[in-house]
Amino acid sequence: MASVTYDHVVKRYTADLTVVKDFNVAIKDKEFMVLVGPSGCGKSTALRMLAGLETITEGQIRIGDRVVNNVAAKDRDIAMVFQSYALYPHMSVYDNMAFPLQMQHMPKAEMDKRVKNASRILGLDNFLKRKPRALSGGQRQRVALGRAIVRSPKVFLLDEPLSNLDAKLRGQTRIELQKLHRDLETTFIYVTHDQVEAMTMGDRIAIMNAGILQQVGTPGDIYDHPANLFVAGFIGTPTMNFVPVTTSDSTAKASGFEVRLPKSVPAGKGTLGFRPEAVTDRAVDGGSSMDMKVDVVERLGSDQFLYGQVGGDSVTARVDPKMKVDPGDTVKLGLDTRNLHLFDAETELALL
Amino acid sequence: MDFNSLLSTLLADVPTLAAVIIGVPAVLAAYIVGGEFLVQRLPDKARPSLRPWIWVGPALIFVAFFLVYPVFGTAWRSLFDNHDNFVGATNYGTELAGFPSGGAWIAIRNNLYWLVLFTLLVLIFGLMFAVLTDRVPYESQVKSLIFMPMAISFVALATIWKFMYSYQPPGEPQTGTVNAFLALFHQDPRIWIQDANVANFALIAAAVWGFVGFAMVILSAALKGIPGDLLEAARVDGAGELTIFRRVIFPLMMPTIVVVGTTLVIFALKAFDIVYVMTNGNYDTDVLANRMYKLLNVGDTGLASAVAIILVAAVIPVLIFNLRQFRAVEARR
Amino acid sequence: MTIASEQIATRAAERRFSPDWLGQGFSKVLLHVVVLGITLVWIVPTLGLLVSSFRPLSAFASSGWWTALSPPFKFTLDNYSGVLGSSNLGGSFFNSFMITIPATVIPVTIAAFAAYAFSWMKFWGRDFLFLALVGLLAVPLQATFVPILKLYVQVGLTPQNVGFVGLWLVHTGYGLPFAIYLLANFFRALPTDLFESAEIDGAGTLTVFFRIVLPLSVPAIASLVIFQFLWIWNDYLVALVYVGSTPEVAPLTVTLAQLVGSLGQGYQLLTAAAFFSMIVPLIVFFSLQRYFVRGILAGSVKG
Repeated sequence: MASVTYDHVVKRYTADLTVVKDFNVAIKDKEFMVLVGPSGCGKSTALRMLAGLETITEGQIRIGDRVVNNVAAKDRDIAMVFQSYALYPHMSVYDNMAFPLQMQHMPKAEMDKRVKNASRILGLDNFLKRKPRALSGGQRQRVALGRAIVRSPKVFLLDEPLSNLDAKLRGQTRIELQKLHRDLETTFIYVTHDQVEAMTMGDRIAIMNAGILQQVGTPGDIYDHPANLFVAGFIGTPTMNFVPVTTSDSTAKASGFEVRLPKSVPAGKGTLGFRPEAVTDRAVDGGSSMDMKVDVVERLGSDQFLYGQVGGDSVTARVDPKMKVDPGDTVKLGLDTRNLHLFDAETELALL
Repeated sequence: MDFNSLLSTLLADVPTLAAVIIGVPAVLAAYIVGGEFLVQRLPDKARPSLRPWIWVGPALIFVAFFLVYPVFGTAWRSLFDNHDNFVGATNYGTELAGFPSGGAWIAIRNNLYWLVLFTLLVLIFGLMFAVLTDRVPYESQVKSLIFMPMAISFVALATIWKFMYSYQPPGEPQTGTVNAFLALFHQDPRIWIQDANVANFALIAAAVWGFVGFAMVILSAALKGIPGDLLEAARVDGAGELTIFRRVIFPLMMPTIVVVGTTLVIFALKAFDIVYVMTNGNYDTDVLANRMYKLLNVGDTGLASAVAIILVAAVIPVLIFNLRQFRAVEARR
Repeated sequence: MTIASEQIATRAAERRFSPDWLGQGFSKVLLHVVVLGITLVWIVPTLGLLVSSFRPLSAFASSGWWTALSPPFKFTLDNYSGVLGSSNLGGSFFNSFMITIPATVIPVTIAAFAAYAFSWMKFWGRDFLFLALVGLLAVPLQATFVPILKLYVQVGLTPQNVGFVGLWLVHTGYGLPFAIYLLANFFRALPTDLFESAEIDGAGTLTVFFRIVLPLSVPAIASLVIFQFLWIWNDYLVALVYVGSTPEVAPLTVTLAQLVGSLGQGYQLLTAAAFFSMIVPLIVFFSLQRYFVRGILAGSVKG
């Protein structure tokens, strides 16, 4: 049980390849922190540096109060669940889970107790004698978890543990992992490229892109107040609408409509951002309206999404599922201006 | 041999040249074309079931003729003496009589030395080198150099080592590398390949030198087949490097080690060239293959056949084991 | 970003070792010393021979080959010219080629057809025959000599009559199990889609074989050719048994072995002879190593 601090951490391979740039995050004890970002953004490298599987070029990583830069992986008291599970193929499930405890020279009775306990929690009691190749993907993943749990480590590291599971299993396991986190009361650091996992599982999310930390905050925070264009576009499905606008004072003018902004902004060019659910089939008090030529209609039963053109820009709208629309129609939609985002054309930072 | 005589040799051997350059390709082409011609003449329906036989036929014929038939022929032969009289198991009796130093027993004993020492040394060194070279950037160059002895003939290898074991009387400067090395430690030189106490081991050492590269290359491939994830997980789990080798790497390499080991055992049983060239089996170094050849040379076909069959009997169980393990390795992949 | 992910992928290959700081300092130096030391020890025998082959007789009997590496440098080509002039090495060189080339081409061709049949055609007894074939890898060649020799003599397939034909046929028979095994394994691993789409495109069996399978199999066939070539070039026993050691027909290995036995006085010529016999294999090995190693890996069964 410990906090984890990344202090100006940098990972550089060669002069022109810096994979993690000035990474600063303070993770609280018992927190479920998710590192999320597209492939190659450096999140796995950041995790591996914490695990002791990569050296740290610059900066410090602390577990609790202890600086672990030069501490070997085996002495850091952390447990890791790998994306590929990394189960020892020649050992039984029981032996796989007992292995880390054997490394600690734990007395057999205690070892047995812990393994049996973890096995019970994860529902592996019937599989203890099997070898990994006789298990399904979901079962293997649980063994990998079990191997981590038995150690009662200070921190749990999980590197994209759900990406090898099929969609249905993924949903189930997400829920189980959250329950596990509550029961174990230990810090979890979870790496994924899937923003849905990030939003649903994390107490807080840290978003990375190209080695740079974009924003850290609770899911709600990040959703409602993205710090820049990248974060706004990365979180949320369907993606936020981005429309180039020209600003002057409190007005933003797009090619197909105009809005009043809640406050004054410098004149110039920018990107207006609004989520699909801000565009609806009903007029909004104090809001704007726009005309959309519909290209594609997606009916999901509980939701209906319209994809079309407003002026010269592509826009996605989330409308009442009972609304009758067909591709080719032109509809009038209302824009709720209470949740607008404006991004600077150059810096892509949020201005609102 | 100067250029003129070389040229005249070439020209004198025109028939051979012709056979090689023209004859062989012609025969092969005839087979391919002729085979296809035959197939085309068959009714459409019969083609899929008959074509395979045309394709497999020559191979089966060759193999049956040169491998299957002769073994049975030899087994049959071993029941006769050199004047074609049936003598039953007498030849085997002669060969296997006089334990422990009569008949074929010295050769059998030596083959056992080879079997155990050669195999173990090659495996141990091969494994060690595979693990060590895995960690240096110039790995492929090193592997290349250590593997090189596999590319030359065993006769050349035997020659190289004859020179390594050269002997000069004590007090004289040594010309053989091994004896010179000993001289560095003020040890007396030995006549390695003519001293019955050490000759066997001298020969085995030469063979080990030749084969370590082979074992190393195969074991290295197996080593690299272990996913990096596993080793990282073990590290995170708290295992030190030696423990990782003992508990993760070595067990996972075991099937390959067994395949290599059994291949080496088969070689040890059939070893001939090195022994023949270096000592011709003298000084207590005789091995079964060598003995068989000597018997054959003096026309003792009955006894030679018996020895050959003894060899077959020794090799078969090992090969069955070898094949089973190889399939296990393949299945895992 | 793609370049970055590529480079990170290569890092993944290095994940087998512990991170840098574990391997630093003393243990790293020790590792290099050990590895280089081993390599040196392994090169010494061959190096010794090579250096010796350039030394005059006078130096030979009086000092070790390593002394030649320091001044005064007394190197000579006498050994080479001597042994090439006085022995049959030149002719043997020719003979080795005449033996090896057909004995490589024939089995590879036959094996290619047979392996394809075993992999992709259905016929009665296919699996059993394949297993039996692989099992034949066990047969010690010694157990086949007597009957074949007798037959050859009866039929007239002797070196005097037909030169190397008998030897070619024998090597084909001996080499087929391994060749078929290696190629069949490779052919079997080809994706079925390939054949299916060729069939839809209207290709017959022979077309598929020559225009799809063979081109794709070049690495495997190359490995086989090189492996077989070296195996036969370096072979001693089979040549000795079937063509004997007369100068007209002896290949390099046989001639070299004779020299080992017969060169009492001319001991130093042997070094040149041995090295001469190694030239072709060494060239083949170092230039086509990749294929040779692949052959070894695939055929670690060959006894």
